[in-house]
Amino acid sequence: MNAKITGAQAMVRALELEKIETVFGYPGAAICPFYDALLDSDLHHVLTRNEQGAAHAASGYARASGKTGVCIATSGPGATNLITGIATAYMDSIPLIAITGQVASDLIGSDSFQEVDITGATSPFTKHNYLVKSAYDLPRVFREAFYLAASGRPGPVLIDVPVDVQAQLLVFNYPETITLPGYKPNRMISETEKEKLYELLRQSQRPVICAGGGIISGHASESLIKLLSRHPMPVITTMMGIGSVPCDHPLYLGTMGSHGTFAANFALHHADLVILAGARVGNRAMGSAAEIARKAKIVHIDIDPAEIGKNIKAHLPVLSDARLALDAITAFNLKMDISQWLDQIESLRERQHNWPPEPVYKNSIYPPLLLRRLGEKAGPEAIITTEVGQNQIWAANHYPIRKPRTFISSGGMGTMGYGLPAALGVKCACPDKTVIAVSGDGSLQMSLQEMGTIKQQKLPVKILLLNNNRLGMVHEIQSLKYNRRYSQVFLEENPDFQQLAAAYGFDHAFLSDNKQIDPALDRMLESGKPYLLECRIDPHEPTLYPLRKE
Amino acid sequence: MNQYHLSVLVNNHPGLLSKVSGLFSRRNFNIESLAVGIAEKPGCSRMTIVVNGDEAVVDQVCKQLDKLIDVIEIEVLSDQDSIQRELLLVKMDASPENRSEIIQIAEIFRAHIVDVSHHRLTLEITGQADKIKAFLDMLEPFGIRQIIRTGLIAMSRS
Repeated sequence: MNAKITGAQAMVRALELEKIETVFGYPGAAICPFYDALLDSDLHHVLTRNEQGAAHAASGYARASGKTGVCIATSGPGATNLITGIATAYMDSIPLIAITGQVASDLIGSDSFQEVDITGATSPFTKHNYLVKSAYDLPRVFREAFYLAASGRPGPVLIDVPVDVQAQLLVFNYPETITLPGYKPNRMISETEKEKLYELLRQSQRPVICAGGGIISGHASESLIKLLSRHPMPVITTMMGIGSVPCDHPLYLGTMGSHGTFAANFALHHADLVILAGARVGNRAMGSAAEIARKAKIVHIDIDPAEIGKNIKAHLPVLSDARLALDAITAFNLKMDISQWLDQIESLRERQHNWPPEPVYKNSIYPPLLLRRLGEKAGPEAIITTEVGQNQIWAANHYPIRKPRTFISSGGMGTMGYGLPAALGVKCACPDKTVIAVSGDGSLQMSLQEMGTIKQQKLPVKILLLNNNRLGMVHEIQSLKYNRRYSQVFLEENPDFQQLAAAYGFDHAFLSDNKQIDPALDRMLESGKPYLLECRIDPHEPTLYPLRKE
Repeated sequence: MNQYHLSVLVNNHPGLLSKVSGLFSRRNFNIESLAVGIAEKPGCSRMTIVVNGDEAVVDQVCKQLDKLIDVIEIEVLSDQDSIQRELLLVKMDASPENRSEIIQIAEIFRAHIVDVSHHRLTLEITGQADKIKAFLDMLEPFGIRQIIRTGLIAMSRS
């Protein structure tokens, strides 16, 4: 194969060789050679309505499938529109390739039309990025980029290709080997670490495992469940770790943190040994890291050395792939006597059984009930995405998640407008699964235009809209912390979402009676079309429910 | 707060310097100085970065730097086990009356005179930070017009 092809053809061929089937993007002048070459390929391209939607869709695709997502945009505003999606993927360690067109090489630096320094702009939140100056570099750059995005701690990699480089001819050779002397992605628990960990476990009377997003991205969920059956101990998750153990697992106590469960936070605060696995414990997950580290021994298992010791002091750092480390613990010949601790935890769980309390507000839907029923009806294979705000917390706390990669949410960045485009990406990755975007009226309108993409692609994505005509989470914060001085949280002139759904060709329904939840959900789930189920939520419905007093 | 000297081997890619300096600013790390030049390996540069902070900060600096794909190797150099040098150029007011005195000071510090005119004298000195500071303290009363320093470079012994 010594015939010359264009840079654009090389880009398409590289995507094919990386076994990419679906890409998400939006064309423009500086990426036109690529889009021209795309016509001669079997790659499925999903045209979103905004580049940000393409980045989020690729990220949803990656989270659901475990494969690398790909998004494409033109130079300048196309590239900057990707930024929120790239940063969202970076914060949640999602493997993503962003391909951007750039102005012609000889115009770079002259502030030419639609020029922006996108490699400079994205440096803080990409794992790596490239500005390709010669078409001959394209095969190596694509090979490296896909390797970097998916290996070690995954993350987004951006490739910026000037329009003339896309047109330049090259002899295409896709490299088999990769030379990156500064990159050490593979980490494995050492014998010394194993010995120390064994000793800590042996001495512990109140251990708890805290599972983060690394369990899911590291395919370590099965290993964690095996560990729990061999050495039973309580397990809690961060929001990113939801799904790493089934929600009905007898040892699972729920999520930790400011919006987590009482039992999970109790276990964390009373443990004498906390095993953090693939969790970076951000401030939302662990506000009192220093205090917890004072009371308990902290074992921190992470594949990224920079996470260990960053947010919490670790007594035993374990630089390792989570799966390998958990398997090592499972293999321990260990006799732990923690029955007292398990009894204590069990009694907490019983108290939690009456949680959340009965609904208070009339003529509106009770979100905990709605989400629990939805989960029961949709089944363990269904995948939900969330936006950010109250809808995210209600979904995280009340929708029963049984499997990894079925709860797709922007954890680190907290990006509103993520859920809907992510859901369309999820549906592209898993066409046979039920995909539901749990939304609020504020966040839905941040990516509303992607309803058009869903319609065009004939994707039967379901939108569960929790409508309280306001920015509910900020409203709740202002209610609790700002003495009910409500500032700029009212969306009173919301569109009629029923008419809007009809305009986009969605089936739709409105729900305000808790007694009608079951039939309404049945109709939504049975519909073979895109569907919007709008639920009226009382403006004062909180996410933080008090635990019932005994 | 201590001072740490990092010797960092990097791929000499365009944009790398901005990635390194950007990392310091967004992670809220404090750079005292940064010196960079080509290394013995083709296509590679070596940076000497002087960082202020406690041990935990320097640990994070190293780990975050190491995550940059173009960073190949990082070495934290201690004062005892490393050779440290900095180059200073200093342009002095030098009238006929005090010129010889400045030259005497320069001789004591083994500095070189690199440029001279009727009213100016430019000196060059190489050394460690304390030597350079002492030199500048001595020159100060004569009137310093301009100074330029390379920033510290450092190399491990043997």
